[in-house]
Amino acid sequence: MISELYQEIILDHYRHPRGRGTLDEPKIHHEGANPLCGDEVIIEFRVEDGRISDIRFSGRGCSISQASASMLVEMVKGKTLEEVRTLIQKVYAMLRGESTPDPQEMGDLSALAGVSHFPVRVKCASLPWHTLEEALNEANHAAK
Amino acid sequence: MATMQLELDAREIRKQFPFFQPHPEMRSLIYLDNAATTQKPYAVLDALTNFYAHHNANVHRGAYGVGAKASELFEAARERVARFINAREPAEIIFTRGTTESINLVAASWGGSQLREGDEIIVSEMEHHANILPWMQIARATGARIVVWRITDEGRLDLNELRRLLTERTRMVAVTHISNVLGTINPVADICRIAHEAGALCLVDAAQSAAHMPLDVQAIDCDFLAFSGHKAYGPTGIGVLYGKRALLEQMPPYQTGGGMIRKVSWEEVTWADVPARFEAGTPAIAEAIGLHAALDFIDSIGRERIAAQEHALTEYMLARLQEVPDLRLYGPKPDRAGIFAFTLTDIHPHDIATVLDSRDIAIRSGHHCAHPLGERIGVAATARASLAVYNDTDHIDALIEGLHYVRQVFGL
Ligand SMILES: Cc1ncc(COP(=O)(O)O)c(C=O)c1O
Repeated sequence: MISELYQEIILDHYRHPRGRGTLDEPKIHHEGANPLCGDEVIIEFRVEDGRISDIRFSGRGCSISQASASMLVEMVKGKTLEEVRTLIQKVYAMLRGESTPDPQEMGDLSALAGVSHFPVRVKCASLPWHTLEEALNEANHAAK
Repeated sequence: MATMQLELDAREIRKQFPFFQPHPEMRSLIYLDNAATTQKPYAVLDALTNFYAHHNANVHRGAYGVGAKASELFEAARERVARFINAREPAEIIFTRGTTESINLVAASWGGSQLREGDEIIVSEMEHHANILPWMQIARATGARIVVWRITDEGRLDLNELRRLLTERTRMVAVTHISNVLGTINPVADICRIAHEAGALCLVDAAQSAAHMPLDVQAIDCDFLAFSGHKAYGPTGIGVLYGKRALLEQMPPYQTGGGMIRKVSWEEVTWADVPARFEAGTPAIAEAIGLHAALDFIDSIGRERIAAQEHALTEYMLARLQEVPDLRLYGPKPDRAGIFAFTLTDIHPHDIATVLDSRDIAIRSGHHCAHPLGERIGVAATARASLAVYNDTDHIDALIEGLHYVRQVFGL
């Protein structure tokens, strides 16, 4: 059902994105793209005391990729890096249809569960999360 | 809504396509992505099966009956293509993998041997990447320069602008016959004449025109012309490069290997004549034979009639698209081909395509392999519906209703 995909919450995040913008230095900046469809997500964040203290996204693309990015920004701010990594894996599992989200824990993100029924759109929803995951890996690498 | 009388009965034509037959496990689809690839008639599938079942052998080799028959069928396909575009002789037809490989062949072989530092290649702003990147690559390798022929605000090419761009260093004008985004039909015969007057050659990308309108390379007087079988009701993996014989004869091979030499020793190689010189290795034999069947299919209806039918459908589409609030159509309005790229306010083209897909309507969304054109018209992505001979007004009506539904889903 198409209404499963385009839920009110998703359209709201698309039309009124939370945390769209950029940060001043110092920051970690990472760009993700889906060259096949042209979706673009850029994530910038700062880590203080092992937590994501501030985060913004920019880019352009479909409602699913941009709403997902907006939800990401809302969800990960203030979380420890470990918590963020765990959340990323939970999001992937949800998008693959392998788990049903707990709305208490996942908040607005639960609305993205419907994407699992639209295989061609899964990569739209996961793009911001992949981008963040890559950024964390790179930051981790640089720190070593 | 006004009804429209079409000359061809699209429903009858669809009966010739397995894709459009009812299937117990599949929902029937309204297929409006014909600029990407067309569906295949039974006649094409039968030609492929028949070849593999009864005549399968490599070409130009076996000294046995079946081998000779395979070669005969393959060469008959070449003759059919020559007739389809009115080439002077079959030797001017080179089989490739598609439009992309055809243009790469010209850029590498003609460009690689002819271009000198400071030479200029004019490429129009509405080209598909297939008619941009091979030229950029060879320009880099040879020191030649790409000169961009900008489009007008209406989405056309201005011939006076071409005259301004041509210099004595211009060696090639590379232009598409029909834009795969804007649907613009370019006056390629005029373009070739103007290029020739300035001493340049002209390559025409006919990927979007071959199946939709009469094509006569002698009337156009192009030096090269490229198209793909799969966009003309034929198989994938087969395409055509037409080149004037005198030019082809001067060009070195594109790839080397079996089937393209006259004589080889460790000291010396003599290349085969055209077209064999440009067909190294085992070619796409079955696909060439399938293409033969596809061209027969097209001409069994007649390209004049196909063009008239698609023109009528295009007029109908233009009128009906206007009914959709907030829809913005790109490209010229009258005198255009059945390719319609559009946006719908801030609804992303992927979302439009997904919602339409939920109603079993297939359109394309994205950049359509034309980034520079997207930059020019100011949109990275558009939704695109494109017509073929089996579409009819019902399909357009369903699309329009679908677009109203898209607006509704997005709360407009
Ligand atoms: C105008 C134009 N040129 C070239 C191509 C490339 O064709 P192919 O991918 O069959 O080589 C296309 C197809 O998308 C096209 O529309």
